[in-house]
Amino acid sequence: MFTKVLIANRGEIACRIIDTCRRLGVRTVAVHSDVDARARHVQMADEAVSLGGATPAESYLRGGAIIAAAKVTGAQGIHPGYGFLSENPDFVEEVERAGLAFIGPSAHAIRAMGLKDAAKALMVEAGVPVVPGYHGEGQDNLAAEADKIGYPVLIKAVAGGGGKGMRRVDDPAQFAQELEAAQTEAQKAFGNDVVLIEKYVATPRHIEVQVFGDGTKAVHLFERDCSLQRRHQKVIEEAPAPGMTPEMREAMGQAAVRAAEAVGYAGAGTVEFIVDASDGLQADRFYFMEMNTRLQVEHPVTEAITGVDLVEWQLRVASGEGLPAAQEDLSINGHSFEARIYAEDVPAGFLPATGTLQHLRFADGARIDTGVREGDEISPHYDPMIAKLTVHGSDRDTALAQLTRALKDTHIGGTVTNIGFLAALSEHQGFAAGDVDTGLIARDLDSLVKQAAPYSKTRALAAVAALGLHNNTASDFAGVSLWGGVEQTAHFAFGDAEAARVETLSRGRFKVTLPDAAHELACLQGAWNVDGTKTDAKVWCAGGQGAVFWGNTYAFTVPDPLARDADQGAGDGFTRAPMPGLVRVVDVVAGASVQAGDRLLVLEAMKMEHALRAEADGVVAEVMASAGDQVAAGAALVRMDAADD
Amino acid sequence: MKLTSNIAAGSEAFRANEAANLDALRVVQDAAKAAALGGGEGSRERHVGRGKMLPRDRVANLLDPGSPFLEVGATAAHGLYGGAAPCAGVIAGIGLVQGRQVMVVCNDATVKGGTYYPMTVKKHLRAQEIAEENHLPCVYLVDSGGANLPNQDEVFPDRDHFGRIFYNQARMSAKGIAQIAVVMGSCTAGGAYVPAMSDVTIIVKEQGTIFLAGPPLVKAATGEVVTSEDLGGGDVHTRLSGVADYLAEDDTHALALARQAVGNLGASPQLAGTSYDAPLYDPAELLGVVPASLTTPYDIREVIARVVDGSRFDEFKKRFGETLVTGFAQICGMQVGIVANNGVLFSEAAQKGAHFVELCSQRNIPLVFLQNITGFMVGRQYENEGIARHGAKMVTAVATTSVPKITMVVGGSFGAGNYGMSGRAYQPRFMWSWPNSRISVMGGPQAAGVLATVKRDGIERKGGTWSVEEEAAFKQPTIDMFEEQSHPLYASARLWDDGIVDPRKARDVLALSLRAALNAPIEETRFGVFRM
Repeated sequence: MFTKVLIANRGEIACRIIDTCRRLGVRTVAVHSDVDARARHVQMADEAVSLGGATPAESYLRGGAIIAAAKVTGAQGIHPGYGFLSENPDFVEEVERAGLAFIGPSAHAIRAMGLKDAAKALMVEAGVPVVPGYHGEGQDNLAAEADKIGYPVLIKAVAGGGGKGMRRVDDPAQFAQELEAAQTEAQKAFGNDVVLIEKYVATPRHIEVQVFGDGTKAVHLFERDCSLQRRHQKVIEEAPAPGMTPEMREAMGQAAVRAAEAVGYAGAGTVEFIVDASDGLQADRFYFMEMNTRLQVEHPVTEAITGVDLVEWQLRVASGEGLPAAQEDLSINGHSFEARIYAEDVPAGFLPATGTLQHLRFADGARIDTGVREGDEISPHYDPMIAKLTVHGSDRDTALAQLTRALKDTHIGGTVTNIGFLAALSEHQGFAAGDVDTGLIARDLDSLVKQAAPYSKTRALAAVAALGLHNNTASDFAGVSLWGGVEQTAHFAFGDAEAARVETLSRGRFKVTLPDAAHELACLQGAWNVDGTKTDAKVWCAGGQGAVFWGNTYAFTVPDPLARDADQGAGDGFTRAPMPGLVRVVDVVAGASVQAGDRLLVLEAMKMEHALRAEADGVVAEVMASAGDQVAAGAALVRMDAADD
Repeated sequence: MKLTSNIAAGSEAFRANEAANLDALRVVQDAAKAAALGGGEGSRERHVGRGKMLPRDRVANLLDPGSPFLEVGATAAHGLYGGAAPCAGVIAGIGLVQGRQVMVVCNDATVKGGTYYPMTVKKHLRAQEIAEENHLPCVYLVDSGGANLPNQDEVFPDRDHFGRIFYNQARMSAKGIAQIAVVMGSCTAGGAYVPAMSDVTIIVKEQGTIFLAGPPLVKAATGEVVTSEDLGGGDVHTRLSGVADYLAEDDTHALALARQAVGNLGASPQLAGTSYDAPLYDPAELLGVVPASLTTPYDIREVIARVVDGSRFDEFKKRFGETLVTGFAQICGMQVGIVANNGVLFSEAAQKGAHFVELCSQRNIPLVFLQNITGFMVGRQYENEGIARHGAKMVTAVATTSVPKITMVVGGSFGAGNYGMSGRAYQPRFMWSWPNSRISVMGGPQAAGVLATVKRDGIERKGGTWSVEEEAAFKQPTIDMFEEQSHPLYASARLWDDGIVDPRKARDVLALSLRAALNAPIEETRFGVFRM
């Protein structure tokens, strides 16, 4: 076993790897970008080396700097986590040239599986079923190949992953246009615009098999079902797959082991299959999609049902030990779900969000993999994942009930999250029945993303919190007055601004009068009693933001009573950056006349391009940013003089 | 040691007392509720219709959420001016703003336009006196038409009339006691000096006005025609005249600015009293503990046991001068010396009282007086042994001590007993009364008896006769007058005290009073000459 390893990653996966290292007595070295200098993984590691920069290219993708860090700190191996350099065969070779162990598969295995068309050919040879498709290097006759396969077809980037450079085409007339889009995306994302074409499977299920090899032999740790996807991004994963038969599990497991052994696979890998579930699960209707030559994000569900610590296995095999278990030693215990909690604006179309995790309470009784702590920032530079929540139960129904409970008991304030969406999904009837396929979310999206309107009791709690009274911090003489009570006005907004009258009856006891209802609230031993009934509602409020966690997360804002200025009119003529970002394009120069709605500049932020437009007709007085500038949220970019009229 | 109560809560006597005391309390409660409504439905609606917050809402939203509010003069002017000035047209009291105790004085424009009746002036000055003695920053929420003209002779010229308000502002400002004004309505004529004399002034846009003479008077005097806003609105005063410092969008914004101003007064004094035990006996039992009739004697320790922390009381000189109970205790974590009556004052009791006040003065311990006193003992024996001399010692000690005194009238407050027990004239920091209390120079029947004796002597000297019936008829108006005038509502209406208190809240009120008193440093005591 190693005595010290370096983890070339960040966030929850780095923390998760450090946990296992610590349990095994292995010292850990973290690497970090400048913006991650105080991140949780840095805090947890025994040593940490700065890579500088912010973007992945400036930091976590700097293989040379990472290897140098390992040499300087005396680490013997490098664990790549997932993403970043985890499937970069050149990096693997550099690591090995430096005399260090790469905790993962060989460069050869990564390369063999990395180019999807070549990988499929290899799989066909190894007797692994594949989806009909075109995987040739020639990119000139793609339309004809698509016709040959039969619509609908899928165009995929050969070097891709994560849904980028992927297009479904139902109509031959659309093919050329979609192909171009896929190639452009692929070029941008991977620097390689080569694509493959496949038959598009209707009622598809995404079932993958966890494998583990020692370079020659491999075992499988059963399947995971990742069918709950939104735009090819996994949302909730489970193990085992609902409706799985022993025969099909055996067939898929064998195929996956053949796939791994065909490339001499070492370490943890995942063989992804697409399953045609139009007639339920059939042992002859699964097709090899690709092999992920790394530890998967969703590996905790496999760990939950097998009792195996996959990172421990990775460390053991990479340090030269044999496979820790034989196939017959592995079995399934119960059922597990994992939900990925993201800082995401679900109603706005699942836009990645930023913000400070001002309030962070994870549910008890669930495995939480997280790279953040309360007070941490969700930075725009990386994936906005907050945590993975994994539950385990003796059967699927129990595990699913645990998932719902744990999601509802996870309380996050300070940024929007997808928890409400995940909770709604966990309560989806079809999902509960095990009728999962990759189209489920898209079909029922409207009901899944619907935001519940707060009840008057919820708004009453918000009113108390808006006054800052929810923490029981008021003086011992709270609410004491000689004869009549003192009623104070709380201002808050669940979307629309509203006001409530709050009378403090005594410390922790309040009467709240809303326009439509009145409620008595009491905070007793940390629990909110509403009209005499104990509830599981929790309330958080700080810095103008708040939330009532009561089955759902009901976020509200509290206006700053001072944020008004009688001296100024509505607009001050400044166009400001709505969020931190990079100025891509500046359309105007000082002196230019613009009309309301004209584009002034383009800000790239959160992987999106935002056009900032003139609010009114006028003349540009000053342009305070130029293309290429990184600007902070609220930074003034353009100053306008209003048009005279 | 811990006091032990000899009263069974829930006993028949307890219930009878409670019922009678609740009746007395309801009379006060009704008066206080009516006063809190200010100038009636119509004028409240007109006020709100102008986009203004009601005065009690202004006070509430100036204070920290959940803040206590120790209101002063809640039933001031009750029954005066034909009921025209509920609460004397001005709300006053101590609350927390940004964690700091402040005195809030808020005009009620729904009461005759917030104009100053004599009792309005007296209440405003009393609030300022409390602020000055206890070093409490003042926030004036101004919305007043100035002096009430029909009463100008009783509000303008004298020492303790309108002008004294601005004198006090200047004097307090000089002492470093912040003066903050929020102009939320009119500030006309003399009233203009409230914001002008303040350290910091906030004015509400298109609502607050400040001018020495309003548009009608300007037109009459010079012929100039001008709008209120152009004459003295928020824009004018924050941009041109400099009379005000901050321009607020509306009442809510103005109160937020006032809170900000208080937050910038520098380091906040530590609040006294934070961690302590509750009394062993529930303060709510006080209603059943105190007899319905003042003539029924009871042990004042039953009250002390329901007011002090852990019901712990270090009784001083328990076996001497037993009609006065003295001792040390804590109220909500604040050490106090308690001086309480357990009967008529004899010479020994008066000497003991003087002794105890000296002790507390030397140790800088605030004094709490629980008054239930019919007076000093009368009669030849007592006069001859010099009860006036001994009483004078106690009065001298009480008058000249520099430690804060808080007086609570829990029963009778009659005659010279009122003096020795720190009545209003002895300038306690706060003076509170219970609904069952009575205050007068002597009891009504005694006063009627004195007058009747003089009358009978006169009649009989001239050889006339006076039947028992005639005497009774003669005495009744005096008895009635004393009955009316000794009622706490009558007293509180005239600000002879700072308010009437629900006995169940006595502990809280004492604690808040002490906390306010301890906001100011205690000066060294220099006693007068004791007649030995």
